[in-house]
Amino acid sequence: MQIIMVEDITRNVARMCCEANMHLGQDVKVALERALTIEESPAGREVLKELLENAEIADKERIPLCQDTGVAVVFVEMGREVIIEGGDPLEAINQGVEKGYQECYLRKSMVGDPLKRINTGTNTPAVIHWEMVPGDKLKITVAPKGGGSENMSTLKVLKPAQGEKGVIDFVVETVREAGANPCPPLVVGVGLGGTFEKAALLAKKALLRPLGQAHSDSYYARLEEVILEKVNSLGIGPQGFGGRITALAVHIEYFAAHIASLPVAVNLNCHASRHVERVFQGVKK
Amino acid sequence: MKGKKIKLPLQEEEIKDLKRGDRLLLSGTLYTARDAAHKRLLEALDRGEELPFRIKGQVIYYVGPTPPPPGKVIGSAGPTTSSRMDSLTLPLLERGLKGMIGKGSRSEEVKRALQKHGAFYLAAVGGAGAFLSKKIKSARVVAYEDLGPEAIYQLEVEDFPVVVINDIHGGDLYEEGKARYAREK
Ligand code: SF4
Repeated sequence: MQIIMVEDITRNVARMCCEANMHLGQDVKVALERALTIEESPAGREVLKELLENAEIADKERIPLCQDTGVAVVFVEMGREVIIEGGDPLEAINQGVEKGYQECYLRKSMVGDPLKRINTGTNTPAVIHWEMVPGDKLKITVAPKGGGSENMSTLKVLKPAQGEKGVIDFVVETVREAGANPCPPLVVGVGLGGTFEKAALLAKKALLRPLGQAHSDSYYARLEEVILEKVNSLGIGPQGFGGRITALAVHIEYFAAHIASLPVAVNLNCHASRHVERVFQGVKK
Repeated sequence: MKGKKIKLPLQEEEIKDLKRGDRLLLSGTLYTARDAAHKRLLEALDRGEELPFRIKGQVIYYVGPTPPPPGKVIGSAGPTTSSRMDSLTLPLLERGLKGMIGKGSRSEEVKRALQKHGAFYLAAVGGAGAFLSKKIKSARVVAYEDLGPEAIYQLEVEDFPVVVINDIHGGDLYEEGKARYAREK
């Protein structure tokens, strides 16, 4: 068994909130550089350059990449041989979020109630997804999610007969409808199968995969490419100013489905595709 | 950086010459406001009160910045989605608001009102909040301090880069840009 203390979780979650918001992943930088070599529209190229410069300034001056430092979405994969001690792990994560958002001058964007809308002032509660996995490690991923792109995300349960074409059309329509709102260039997360809520979670998880890494199943790797090609034929371009690069990548995750349904969820993410993960090594007992 | 240098507040004559797709570098005063501040501005108008700043000829920036770290005038400060302000915009245009900076398309109603009132809509690059913060030289709360990042700030900016989306002649960069680069069959 491995023992992990809650203080360790709080401290690390705080750091991850800061890091995710101030540091653009190397994979995204590479994708933006590559996009610059493809983009034909002058206005689009200016945007891509500005985003690369933005990442440099954020890093150097410790200013968040974007003012919308997001909802703190946290994925936890807990090995069955891990024991968490010293308190409530969910509380430890929320404390880490509060600490990180406070200490790194991140914006607190959470309201405690969707209709009464009073800001909680701490950016908590975090949205936490907990999963048990084999092994003796604890993996935590912090993925702050901005409102602009989240607001344009969609979900629909298609009929199985609509098949691959139905899925492609639904994803492309989602991106078209979103236009400039989610701050293209985008990362498009697609969740297929499962149930209504499972598809949504898969779509969000798809955003965590590093850019440039194709799906491990060649059928889905090809489908990702087909959809990306179609999305980038829309002409929306960086920031919607017109151009070739509307999305940097399309990522699909799937799960088994009911014989009667084909759920599709599309979670849009902006270029500020923020996620940082840490694997915790506990103390052996 | 390239772009046409423009001094704020704007002169009527200048706006006429600006076309969708033009890249501008703004210097001068901007006022920030997003959903909650707009709601309060409209409530003040409903009660027949004066607005907390003289809106005639001014430009509003839709932004809710991150808190300023020590030694900085403002934190990350990029644009937020403009469509959330669509239903709250007409009364401000009627009172002489000349421009708005945000991201994403406006409603048909707002676009028509822009032409009617000789105002324009500009976009800054969404997600470039750190970069844009360097163009902001000072920030001062002018109203609704209790709203935190949603309060109304008066910003002094220098060479703040924006692109004209909707000009006063009915041009729309989002529509035209897409049409130019679309490759659909
Ligand atoms: S969509 Fe992304 S880049 Fe755009 S404002 Fe929101 S968090 Fe920032």
